[in-house]
Amino acid sequence: MNDRPVIIVGLSLFLVVATFPVWYNVTAGTSPRAPDLQRPSPTAVALVRQREGTADGLLAPSCVAPRDQMRASHMTLLARWRDDVVRNADRGYLAYDGHRYDKNLSATCLGCHDDKAKFCDRCHDYAGVKPRCTDCHVAPSK
Amino acid sequence: MLLQKALTGTRGYWFWVTALVALVGLGVAAWLAQLQTGLAVTGLSRDVSWGLYIAQFTFLVGVAASAVMVVLPYYLHDCQAFARVTILGEFLAVAAVVACGLFILVDMGQPSRVLNVVLYPSPRSLMFWDMLSLAGYLAMNLAIGWTTLSAERHEVAPPSWTRPLILLSIPWAISIHTVTAFLYAGLPGRSFWMTALLAPRFLASAFAAGPALLILLALLLRRVAAFDIGRAATGRLAVIVAYATVATLFFLLMETFTTFYSGIPEHAQHLRYLFTGLDGHAPFAPWMWTSVVLAFAGLVLLVVPSFAGNDRLLGLAAAAILIALWIDKGLGLIVGGLVPTPFEQIVDYSPTAVEILISTGIWATGALLVTGFFKMVIAVRRETARAL
Amino acid sequence: MRRSGAGRRGPRERGAWRGAGAPAIQTIDRRQFIGLAGLSALGLWTQPPARASSVQAPSARRWAMVVDPKKCLEIDGCTRCLAACHRAHNVPSVADQRHEVKWIWKERFERAFPSEQNVYTEDSLKGKPVPVLCNHCDNPPCVRVCPTGATWKRDDGIVMMDWHRCIGCRYCMSACPYGSRSFNWDDPRRHMAVPPSNDYPTRTKGVVEKCTFCEERLARGLAPACVEACPDGALVFGDLRDPKSRVREILRARHTIRRRPELGTQPVVYYVI
Repeated sequence: MNDRPVIIVGLSLFLVVATFPVWYNVTAGTSPRAPDLQRPSPTAVALVRQREGTADGLLAPSCVAPRDQMRASHMTLLARWRDDVVRNADRGYLAYDGHRYDKNLSATCLGCHDDKAKFCDRCHDYAGVKPRCTDCHVAPSK
Repeated sequence: MLLQKALTGTRGYWFWVTALVALVGLGVAAWLAQLQTGLAVTGLSRDVSWGLYIAQFTFLVGVAASAVMVVLPYYLHDCQAFARVTILGEFLAVAAVVACGLFILVDMGQPSRVLNVVLYPSPRSLMFWDMLSLAGYLAMNLAIGWTTLSAERHEVAPPSWTRPLILLSIPWAISIHTVTAFLYAGLPGRSFWMTALLAPRFLASAFAAGPALLILLALLLRRVAAFDIGRAATGRLAVIVAYATVATLFFLLMETFTTFYSGIPEHAQHLRYLFTGLDGHAPFAPWMWTSVVLAFAGLVLLVVPSFAGNDRLLGLAAAAILIALWIDKGLGLIVGGLVPTPFEQIVDYSPTAVEILISTGIWATGALLVTGFFKMVIAVRRETARAL
Repeated sequence: MRRSGAGRRGPRERGAWRGAGAPAIQTIDRRQFIGLAGLSALGLWTQPPARASSVQAPSARRWAMVVDPKKCLEIDGCTRCLAACHRAHNVPSVADQRHEVKWIWKERFERAFPSEQNVYTEDSLKGKPVPVLCNHCDNPPCVRVCPTGATWKRDDGIVMMDWHRCIGCRYCMSACPYGSRSFNWDDPRRHMAVPPSNDYPTRTKGVVEKCTFCEERLARGLAPACVEACPDGALVFGDLRDPKSRVREILRARHTIRRRPELGTQPVVYYVI
């Protein structure tokens, strides 16, 4: 039975590799908490509302869709907006709050969420995704 | 297993394979540099936006199509000389199509999006049809080659479905190179390419270059692997190369006549740029004249009766014709079509080191595939010969 | 499976519909079945394909441009149209001329109109620069050859670009007889003369770009940037379908030419001569 040491070493190595995500995150101190997203600043929101002509109404900051819906499927919304604007020249979006927004990532979305590093990147980095939107779509400079 | 046959070999075999792998590695490294920076690392420009990569693609589609030159005589006309050569032609076609695909991939500005051609089919674009026909041809030849070789190995007849597929591959081979010619021949702004003669020229030069390559490979195999396809086969291939070279040269003369006799300056400028230069720019003139001289010389070597049966001269002739036609399609065709530009400007193009490294890497990939496939064929033949 | 002695009769006679004297059991042999199935399949195939309804009703407009080279030449060395266009669209200014990106620029008359070549061209045009741009052809070869539909002709006549879809194959660049298209040979953000404005995206490396008749400005009711910027009114933009538009007025009154009309591309950029 001189295979036994080899088997034991092999099994231990396997266990180490298979449980890597657990012990690595514990030792690296990676927080299990969800990323902390910075909310849009009131001035940025006010600017967007001024441009979009919604100075009339809502006091609380709002978005083109409810937060939970955006959290779950903002990429679906953006992909649809992309095809609507580029391929169908359809730029108006009737949001759930009744207001008609311009389907424009840089102006509408990033107009309020104007700090990419403290908003977009926080979740994307945490989830390990690298969307290439800002290769082309200019994030507003602070 | 068939694949195992490619993984056992002499020291010389492994040396060759290692050298090819090294070239492929260099090509990959160069491609990573190109991916990082963009196609700015090539010698391409706003006016000459296609160059070495697309030219190699065009040439290799011709090599792939040329398998029909051994398949057709054997399967339709029972030419027994090619009985044991068709599989080499089919595997050469597979390697050539793979290399074609790689040349297209490295030429893309956004290679990660290349599947868009499949996701958003555009039947009005010839590129769509080119993709379909090349993919079909690759699958077809791979299936045929692998199956017939396996059957040979087990000393049974190949399954009956291979025959209709092989017959289909004959018109399909013609179509792949015709569709490739159509990529160029339908563009109203490029008068060098917009000629009804382009597809026939492509086919003629393919049917000369492909079999010439096969002859060279056969001579090489005779020397390094003690594998002989037979004098009858090489003799037949030589005849095919000769006639196809005659057709190619004839078509070139036809282009020259219509271009220069009509006197339309726009048409003449492209041939002039290639052969004599314009405005003091003549970067391709030495290449084009070498090509013409080599083609004629090769033809003479093939045709003169007293040279027949001399393997050295046959090899020289095949090499000369192969190089001549590579220059014609792999260098002259693309740049000649784009220069002078629509603004009648002369813009020079020469490939950069990165382009050459990537191209060499892809050629080495093709050579690696040919090596592996041919090794399998030779091993199977030896096995079945021993069993006899 | 043929009924003996019955000969070949159509399905009706064979009892597909029960009529007086029809046999109780209807049979059809394999050959007839396959023929019927094939005919039915053909019938399905001849139906018009279902089309997704377009979000936007087909536009009644047909955008076009008229360029007056002589008016343009009144201001020597003027480049306001190109500056406005390139600024509005974050077009990179690449130092290496081989890699330059340009949506509108000035080209010598003889080069813009090779078929107008004439040793005795009038002095006011001979060797002089005229603005050239994408012609938004009615029969565009670039649209025909695009393998992904990244460029297409809109109902309002604009030949549009989708930079999300372009794979950078540059087939459209070979197809365009006018050299209107540019390619991003590397990252355009490395060649910005000024930081890009966020009113319009930049493009990424590896895609082809060209003039889009400022479709994003047209959507807001504005004229194209070049037209707005031209101090002399040498660029006129309008709707070909509106007989009272300025472009139609000019086309009625003056002799105009288009670039390489013999190619059948039907450009909509007219030049007043």
